[in-house]
Amino acid sequence: MKKINLAIALGATCAGCDVAILDLNEKILEVFDLVEFKFWPTAMDFKLDDLEKLKDKEVDVGIYHGAIRTTEDVKIAKILRQKSKVVVAFGACANFGGIPSLANMPYEQNMFDLVYKDVPSMDNPENTVPLTSVKIDDVELTLPGILENADALEEIIDVDYFVPGCPPMVPLIEQVIEVLKVFAKKGELPPKGAVIAGTKTLCDECGRTKPEKISFKEFISPQEVEEMDPDLCLLPQGIICLGPATRAGCDGLCTKMNVGCRGCLGPTDKVKDHGLKMISAITSLLEVDEEEEMTEEQLDKIVEKIPDPLGTFYRFTYGKSLIYKLHSEEKVI
Amino acid sequence: MSKVGVFVCHCGRNIAHTVDIKKVLETIKDYEDVVHVEDNMYMCSEPGQAVIKEAIKKHDLDRVVVAACSKDMHEDTFRIVTKEAGLNQYLTEMANIREQCSWVHEDKKESTEKAIKIIGSTIERVKRNQALEPYHIPVTRKALVIGGGIAGIQAALDIADAGYQVTLVEKDSTIGGKMAQLAETFPTLDCSQCILTPKMVAVGRHPNIRLLTNSEVENVDGYVGSFKVKIKKKPRYVIEEKCTICDDCVHVCPVIVHDEYNAGLSPRKAIYIAFPQAVPATYIIDPNTCLGIDPLICAKCKEVCDPKAIDFDMHPEILDEEFGAIVVATGFSAYPYEEIGEYGYGNIHNVISGLEFERLLSANGPTQGVIRRPSDGSIPKTVVFIHCAGSRDPAKHLPYCSKICCMYATKHALQYKHLVHDGVALNFYIDVRTAGKDYEEFYKRATEEESVIYVRGKVSEVIQDGEKLLIRGVNTLTSESIELHADMVVLATGLLPSKGTQEISSILKLSCDSKGFVKEAHPKLKPVETAISGVFVAGTASGPKDIPETVAQASGAAAKAQIILSSDFLERDPVIAEIDDLTCGICHTCIHVCPYGAISYDEGQNKVLVNEALCEGCGSCAAACPSGSIELRNSTYESISASIKALLKA
Ligand SMILES: Cc1cc2nc3c(=O)[nH]c(=O)nc-3n(C[C@H](O)[C@H](O)[C@H](O)COP(=O)(O)OP(=O)(O)OC[C@H]3O[C@@H](n4cnc5c(N)ncnc54)[C@H](O)[C@@H]3O)c2cc1C
Ligand code: SF4
Ligand code: SF4
Ligand code: SF4
Ligand code: SF4
Ligand code: SF4
Repeated sequence: MKKINLAIALGATCAGCDVAILDLNEKILEVFDLVEFKFWPTAMDFKLDDLEKLKDKEVDVGIYHGAIRTTEDVKIAKILRQKSKVVVAFGACANFGGIPSLANMPYEQNMFDLVYKDVPSMDNPENTVPLTSVKIDDVELTLPGILENADALEEIIDVDYFVPGCPPMVPLIEQVIEVLKVFAKKGELPPKGAVIAGTKTLCDECGRTKPEKISFKEFISPQEVEEMDPDLCLLPQGIICLGPATRAGCDGLCTKMNVGCRGCLGPTDKVKDHGLKMISAITSLLEVDEEEEMTEEQLDKIVEKIPDPLGTFYRFTYGKSLIYKLHSEEKVI
Repeated sequence: MSKVGVFVCHCGRNIAHTVDIKKVLETIKDYEDVVHVEDNMYMCSEPGQAVIKEAIKKHDLDRVVVAACSKDMHEDTFRIVTKEAGLNQYLTEMANIREQCSWVHEDKKESTEKAIKIIGSTIERVKRNQALEPYHIPVTRKALVIGGGIAGIQAALDIADAGYQVTLVEKDSTIGGKMAQLAETFPTLDCSQCILTPKMVAVGRHPNIRLLTNSEVENVDGYVGSFKVKIKKKPRYVIEEKCTICDDCVHVCPVIVHDEYNAGLSPRKAIYIAFPQAVPATYIIDPNTCLGIDPLICAKCKEVCDPKAIDFDMHPEILDEEFGAIVVATGFSAYPYEEIGEYGYGNIHNVISGLEFERLLSANGPTQGVIRRPSDGSIPKTVVFIHCAGSRDPAKHLPYCSKICCMYATKHALQYKHLVHDGVALNFYIDVRTAGKDYEEFYKRATEEESVIYVRGKVSEVIQDGEKLLIRGVNTLTSESIELHADMVVLATGLLPSKGTQEISSILKLSCDSKGFVKEAHPKLKPVETAISGVFVAGTASGPKDIPETVAQASGAAAKAQIILSSDFLERDPVIAEIDDLTCGICHTCIHVCPYGAISYDEGQNKVLVNEALCEGCGSCAAACPSGSIELRNSTYESISASIKALLKA
């Protein structure tokens, strides 16, 4: 069996995706049997040069994790595309922009100033900020430039497969290994555009029981719950869970720990805007019977209890959302 | 490739006044897939319809857009036209260029552009439509009427006379409702019992009517055509067929309680018959006041009952029945005067309600039709009738006008004057509302012939003052304050939905207004339909009404029910929600959201299912489904975004 040439490249990432791969434990040995690493700077001694030196399409499978945040990320993504037969967007950031894309929310203030000058935890009396180029003793040092927004990989290059998750969970990575095995043996690949995760939403596999009709009167955070019912769906207990809107595949990692799903696997194939869909579901479930009699203020009071709505509903998918695209004046539909 | 025909309506000048029809036609004819465009003065007229039919045939059209008024107005018309021309009716869409365009704009250039966009967007939509066939759902050709007041009686008789089986469920021991308690009725003053009892007897005898008194509807499942209903028949403890109404048991029964039929003004026993003409004509034991049935404690009645009609071993029976249509006629209750502080919270003996006064007026009432004060039995010489007692008072009581109270207070004053010639009848009113046939004449008769005194004003207080009642108020015409003594006060209280109406609404999931009256499907055009297909409402269950209006509604509801019962199958619109099991995560959101209870979880199949007989195609579930798994037929994500794209196109 011919080994598969594999490259793992990264952009704006926390490198949790790399750790997730290493989390395969002894299964990682199977990976080593299956693949020949052509590039994986986080785990081995590779430089970008090593990737650039390869022939076009020499890499069979190129995996990319992290968002596109800097000019360097764009460059790496494009090289990866050039050198790889197929490219896999790996993890929530590469799939949807992820947490870095929350910074795309238009603030009154420049994001750069906010981070380097005005953030309360920042003590920077000299206003030192990173520059793309600086000369020290006639030597020019450069840094990549920052882009206006953080984007999903698909916005920059053509992507063949998608593995969502923050980071992708071991069962999903195992599925990827199965795909690689078939590829190595028979040269067969799934249809282009396939998402390697479930097709349904998390509720299907979460295991908590749902009452025939779900509704709730108020939002509460898990630490406020006096006695959490470990078997009952979290929503009727008032805890926001993005499970109903989020693609299955994690086996309910969070909900098993009494924590609402945060949505890292993104929406199903049918949905364009993950957060919007969850918002419309949540608002539909909010005590509809009495809603007509409630005042605007009373309703506001309930909704105010949702901490950081943007971060709650778009924690991982703002970069792919319609509202972001509307702001960035991109073509929405 | 579709072959779309676009038909643009002028609607006389309604559309053509603000939309340049010629320009619209010229622009649209070049749109992709459009093979024919045509305009007409009135598209919905016979000639207009003919234009569409001919064009479908001549140009072999496979999609039709009618740019005219709203779907509500004429979608059915144009669907039928399409069908008659041999094309599936769901391949026709309407583009609303009247209500949403010509009527709301003035600038001709801009409205023409907008009309073009609306039509362009509808073309994109219709191109994606699928041919659909209506569903056929079987009909159980039996009706259920709930509530045996005059509304329920009339509805049951009409349906039964038309030849259908009817089950009439009444929770009391007899049918008749409030009308059986009235003495005489405005504006003709015919005796209420005399006109009601023949109908009650007819119900009891009708071969097509199954009468279940002392019974209640416990649960309703299913949908139009086949409602599955659980009825609880409570035990009477008296065998109807054996009881000869001899009254022997009543004499020996040691229990004395207030008689509801006489509004509590007289006593009755634990074994009783509501009134002599009750239907069914048989006694009943009230298990709540009888000394004890289980275990048997007294049984005096059983000992004296010659025909052995008393059976203490009766148990509640649960009947499971299926019906094609339901008429709700569960009636009203009078606003409790115990809630009205200014008139003594029901604590002043001689302040009584309208219904109590009806009983005093009745020949079969507690005083045999002689007006007597409840406190001492004397004949009151001055009686004050207060209109709008607890009505039209949004701050403290009912905000609305109950429509009948002015009339019955007038009737009461007039009848009092008939009976007590030298008495003084004084009516306090906000304004006298006499809208009804012969109602104004009736009021005139009271003031002119019977010299009933009308004072425009509000009584602010009634207090006991020795033997008499002290009444304080203001004459709002003269702004003078009034203080007078009377022997008796009769409160014309407003109407509330009965407790039974509220209970049945929640069982049937009917929507109700803020006071709990059943909401009509449309306040003007669908007065006896409810939001739930196959469930109709008649009489005071949907709001205050007098008897003529109640009866008219009952016949209306009966006619509507007969439409359903008239065939073995019902046709249902196939434009309903569809769930994609591949992506549905069974989160139950849609189940909660559906206002028609059309979605349920099937444990056996582990699937969420849409019931095609219940789904009204409202789209709520599609909007709420967090996984995007629900689409309405012919309103798919794809077709909606294609039509939005067309709208946004420059
Ligand atoms: C004091 C007074 C005087 C009036 N005088 C006149 C007059 O002179 N002329 C006139 O035109 N109108 C008069 N009216 C109005 C008239 O009484 C009503 O229009 C009429 O009685 C309404 O009939 P209904 O069948 O809608 O309701 P109801 O008479 O209230 O009948 C409802 C029936 O449904 C039964 N029911 C309730 N809930 C359930 C349940 N869940 N299951 C089974 N059964 C149930 C009740 O027991 C009752 O038998 C007067 C009203 C009042 C209060
Ligand atoms: S806890 Fe969350 S994922 Fe689980 S059933 Fe409830 S909503 Fe769905
Ligand atoms: S189809 Fe509608 S718009 Fe045209 S004439 Fe009839 S009512 Fe008017
Ligand atoms: S058994 Fe009940 S109904 Fe019969 S006489 Fe005794 S108390 Fe009355
Ligand atoms: S709302 Fe959508 S995902 Fe949830 S149960 Fe209904 S169809 Fe399934
Ligand atoms: S379309 Fe409306 S009626 Fe039909 S299932 Fe969905 S919510 Fe219910």
